[in-house]
Amino acid sequence: MEHIQITSSSNKLLLEFSGSLNLYKVTSLERELESLSLVEMKNIEINLQNVSSIDTACGIFFIRLKKSYEARNINVHITSASSEIIGTLDLVIKQCSLVEKIKEPKKASFINKVGRTTYKNYVGLLDFFNFLGNLFATKLHYLKSIQNIRFKEIAFELNENALKALPIIALTSFLIGLVVAYQSAYQLKIYGANIFLVDMLGISILRELAPLITAIVIAGRSGSAFTAQIGAMKITEELDAMRTMGFDPYIFLVMPRIIALMIAMPLLIFVADIMGILGGMLVASIDLQITPALFIDRFSEAVAAKHFFIGLVKGPFFAFLIATIGIYRGLKVKNDTQSIGFNTTKSVVEAIFAVIVCDALFSIAFTNLGM
Amino acid sequence: MNIIEVKNVTTIFDERIVHDGLNLTVKKGEIYGMLGPSGCGKTTLLREMVTLQNFDEGEISVLGHNLSHMSYKESQKLKQEWGVLFQAGALFSSLSIAENIALPLIEYSDLSKAMIDEIVAFKINLVGLKLSDAHLYPSQISGGMKKKSALARALAMDPKLLFLDEPTSGLDPISARDFDALILKLRDLLGLTIVMVSHDLQSIYDTLDKVAIIDNKKIAFEGSLADIASSKSTFIQTFFKEKI
Repeated sequence: MEHIQITSSSNKLLLEFSGSLNLYKVTSLERELESLSLVEMKNIEINLQNVSSIDTACGIFFIRLKKSYEARNINVHITSASSEIIGTLDLVIKQCSLVEKIKEPKKASFINKVGRTTYKNYVGLLDFFNFLGNLFATKLHYLKSIQNIRFKEIAFELNENALKALPIIALTSFLIGLVVAYQSAYQLKIYGANIFLVDMLGISILRELAPLITAIVIAGRSGSAFTAQIGAMKITEELDAMRTMGFDPYIFLVMPRIIALMIAMPLLIFVADIMGILGGMLVASIDLQITPALFIDRFSEAVAAKHFFIGLVKGPFFAFLIATIGIYRGLKVKNDTQSIGFNTTKSVVEAIFAVIVCDALFSIAFTNLGM
Repeated sequence: MNIIEVKNVTTIFDERIVHDGLNLTVKKGEIYGMLGPSGCGKTTLLREMVTLQNFDEGEISVLGHNLSHMSYKESQKLKQEWGVLFQAGALFSSLSIAENIALPLIEYSDLSKAMIDEIVAFKINLVGLKLSDAHLYPSQISGGMKKKSALARALAMDPKLLFLDEPTSGLDPISARDFDALILKLRDLLGLTIVMVSHDLQSIYDTLDKVAIIDNKKIAFEGSLADIASSKSTFIQTFFKEKI
């Protein structure tokens, strides 16, 4: 070993260190000294005369070494020529004596943990109800006068969340229509039931697929945007600034977003309907030789208008869920940047989940109503 | 006349007591500072005064309104009578400086656009910003300019009371002294009452008329800076050791 010279005689051990010692060398020195047999040793001399410099990590290493030997009733003597090294060692000794041993916090018991988590979730749930309550209270106050409605903000949000989402929604639903038609065409061909593709597509796209696909795209697009925007405003204290100026964030930020999305959703579902059917029509004419004229003819015959309206009616409900969850998550952001990512993820997952649950409820309700 | 009265305010976060029965009074025309070691709840108290946070016990009244028993209308009215400057400015990032300053005027008054532009230009000059910067957005300006713009926004409605949360933090020493001078000038020009939280010793000596020192959940000292030597708090002894 280049930095340490060990010489031992009967009950005396001499450790001579040399060179420039720093924190990169501590581990190898430690390993070297661990293997030493200390049986019958009475005196140890740590000689630092040939050491050119040490850093504080090495200082701590020497002090710990000294303490560990002293704990075994061995006399330790440190010799050093350089005043800088002595200075470093003195600094380490002084600081070490100031350090109090921090007691490890008591580990919580299982019951304690379960209790805390349950309580936290319970408070979280109450918090969401509080948010909803606040929302409805604001809504009543808000609708009292037409002047309170912030048309400018609503128009801005409509542009952001509806117009700019049009291309992606059109493309997604077109592809979904294409895929569903293509897969069914293969099955229907076997039975020679080609024309029934129109019935199947009409009902499934208008009633279920278009609203659901639109809602999922909007949850990913607008839901996450709401969370991130409002979360960032919370971190920069913009929300606090609004409150101290008497601008209720519910009126300025929350309501316009919810209203805009509730207006936008049925319109977007309408576009998704058109594009989905168009995709199906394309496959029908290429794969099953059903001409567009025949397709439309059969469509008006087989698909009742109620399916279209049921699909549209779901829109505002989905929109309300997506917007409230997105905004609620945004308001939950704490004062650190990590929490924006965490809440954005949660907002999208929760919004999609809520939309699907809501859709299932609608499905049961409408079927039982005979629609 | 007492602008702010804080009586026996107690604040508890989860299981930690932050304030244990605080009492303080701010009089008209004072520049009042709240000091204390970090984590002592200065900013929390300031947030309680501007209704951003609830306290558990006690009473706070601001400009004669009791914050715990206030109707919606009353609180809206109160919020137009004060201005708050946040630590990082908290300018609305979607609006330019001029729009930020104009916002309270547009929302609360029926002034014409020409009149509002005039007022905005006046406030921009008042805080020492250049009119040519008025169209810039918060992301395009420096920290010092953000603070000045935020101050201009806080002054937009000509408030009687101004709250400042660490007004000079994050500013270089020269801008910080300029800001102090600005605050003193505004107090004299507009007859403001100013409540601030600060860590900047120079700023404390230059601007404050009266201080409250919060240490160990209590008010350790309330009074003028000249009398501070008589206090026995360890925080005061270390914080002011060079001057007393």
